[in-house]
Amino acid sequence: MAGQVVTGSRSGLRSALPLLLPAYLWLTVAIFLPLSAMVFFSFMTELPLSGRAWSFTLDNYATFFSQGLYWTLLLASLRLGLEVTLWCVVIGYPAAYVLAKVFRGRSREAIFLLVILPFWSNGLVRIFSWAMVLREGGILDTALNAVLPFKINIDLMYSYPAVIIGLVHSYVPYMVLTCYLTLQAIDDSLIEAGRSLGASRLQMLKRVIIPLSMPGLVAGAALIFVPVVGSFMEPRILGGRTGTFYGTVIEDQFVAVFNWPLGAALSFILLAVVLVILALASPVLKRVA
Amino acid sequence: MAGVQVANLSRSFGAHKALDDVSIDFADGGFYALLGPSGSGKTTLLRQIAGFDFPDSGRIAIGGESVERVPVEKRRIGMVFQNYALFPNMSVADNVAFGLSVRGEAKATIASEVQRALDLVQLGKLGARRPHQLSGGQRQRVALARAIVTKPRVLLLDEPLGALDKALRVDMQIELKRIQREIGITTIFVTHDQEEALTMSDRIGILRDGRLVQEGPPEEIYDKPKSEFAATFLGDANILRGETTGTGIRLADGTAIAAGAGATLAAGAKASCAVRPERIRIGTDSGTSDPNANMLRGQISKRIFAGNNSTYFVDRDGQTIKVIVQNTGVEKLAEGQKVVLRWSPESTVLIAASQDMD
Ligand SMILES: Nc1ncnc2c1ncn2[C@@H]1O[C@H](COP(=O)(O)OP(=O)(O)O)[C@@H](O)[C@H]1O
Ligand SMILES: [Mg+2]
Repeated sequence: MAGQVVTGSRSGLRSALPLLLPAYLWLTVAIFLPLSAMVFFSFMTELPLSGRAWSFTLDNYATFFSQGLYWTLLLASLRLGLEVTLWCVVIGYPAAYVLAKVFRGRSREAIFLLVILPFWSNGLVRIFSWAMVLREGGILDTALNAVLPFKINIDLMYSYPAVIIGLVHSYVPYMVLTCYLTLQAIDDSLIEAGRSLGASRLQMLKRVIIPLSMPGLVAGAALIFVPVVGSFMEPRILGGRTGTFYGTVIEDQFVAVFNWPLGAALSFILLAVVLVILALASPVLKRVA
Repeated sequence: MAGVQVANLSRSFGAHKALDDVSIDFADGGFYALLGPSGSGKTTLLRQIAGFDFPDSGRIAIGGESVERVPVEKRRIGMVFQNYALFPNMSVADNVAFGLSVRGEAKATIASEVQRALDLVQLGKLGARRPHQLSGGQRQRVALARAIVTKPRVLLLDEPLGALDKALRVDMQIELKRIQREIGITTIFVTHDQEEALTMSDRIGILRDGRLVQEGPPEEIYDKPKSEFAATFLGDANILRGETTGTGIRLADGTAIAAGAGATLAAGAKASCAVRPERIRIGTDSGTSDPNANMLRGQISKRIFAGNNSTYFVDRDGQTIKVIVQNTGVEKLAEGQKVVLRWSPESTVLIAASQDMD
């Protein structure tokens, strides 16, 4: 069987087909069909489900360009994506380094589990837990006032930092995992060789370790930046009134205003912008990585 | 450049003594081979000298300066790793430049020093390549150039030729020796290959289970091994056991074997004699030319022809004695033939019976 597949003959292709079929079927059903439907919706005046008459239009896309608000929100979301990604690098990379190069054996497994724990908890539970910690008179507030001699009033709830904290917590495991994989592939003897040549730890980091783990950083950044730019759950729950972003506006179109065509059009504009950013960044990233 | 002294060095991992009271004086400018079976502590010793790991007790001095607690980046040593450990994200030239560049040397100095080092290892034209575009032998040369370009006080090599095939290995042995002579650097070379140790070094230290078994110039260790382990690990040796007579031994069947060198032992103690296979003459006649020669009778059980020489395995009294004879085209002995073995007492080394070897 395996031999047949390797030969690449027609019979090989035929025996490989049953193996590939589920994957293609899944891609078609889960991604291609809904996406095509959304493209279709984004060019309609009305949702056909509502029973009213509809026709094709470009108005939904025009709305984005005619109203400065959408553009402002998109910029705010891009900035949010950038900030969250940077915080994930700042927190996730050192964690991955320690995990890959300092801990060994059992203790590494235990800490690894702690890192990926957020992955296993429900997103909403995670966000509401943060709400309990961050609100005025909440856990953080109470704890700080119990330790500090003077009275302070921490009210991070419904603020931009709260959104950042919630998002960083949700997405930092991606950075830890991708960086861990590349860091752990760096042979310890490279680090020893560098040190025997007189390099300080900082020099080793700058000249050998970071360049060699760049693919992990880039992959982690892409995995985080893209969904954060479109995120709506954390901004809505932790940001309150300050939490209006591009993603929350899209969500509104689908669940509150029921203007699916506009929501679809806004989504595709976001997709296009993100793809352009990744395309522009890729030659630079390829060079450093 | 500088000599290296280690004194009473011990290092344990848990209950396991990887180094047990090792003292060696590595001469300034010398080429020293650390030889021993796998797990004998060679790498551990080298790592203590390099500063990657620190001893539990004992002293290490480089150029007379105590360095036990000095971290590796301050010891000014050059290290070559078995897996080359070249930085894959840098060109060959940048790899070699690394040590100079982290020190903040001027660009022009770095460029000329790097070129000189690459020329020395005969890779002058490959500076722009990436490590993955080089062969194993070339990578090893880059690793060597990178280690010596910073003018370290000592060059440490941990089985640097272990990953190369036989022919390339011999080339690299010659090359390494040439470079070492040219720059005159104190070199400590770890190997488990006895031939490599014999041909390359001017001193050998044999390690076993973390202890230094014997130490000296190659000829001395080969000709006067102090233990059965040293005799059989460095080169081939026939070991005959019995009770010592003071100047030799008496075998179980009463045959006396005279030894011209080795330990002085009290008569009656258990002892053994070591004889190199190439020192034994083999023949069919019983007539003797040298009345002092040691003599044993036996029967050839096997003969292996290897072109320029033949190896005979001769059975006698339950023991097999190995004899290597140069192929002169005269002697022709067949398997099954009864033979007489003779060798001089000068070729026989008396060794005290060791507790840890049988
Ligand atoms: N970091 C370490 N932790 C535990 N045991 C070690 C460590 N390094 C070496 N050892 C043990 O010390 C002994 C000597 O090892 P090593 O010096 O690497 O031997 P060699 O290089 O002669 O093959 C071995 O039994 C090895 O298992
Ligand atoms: Mg070793």
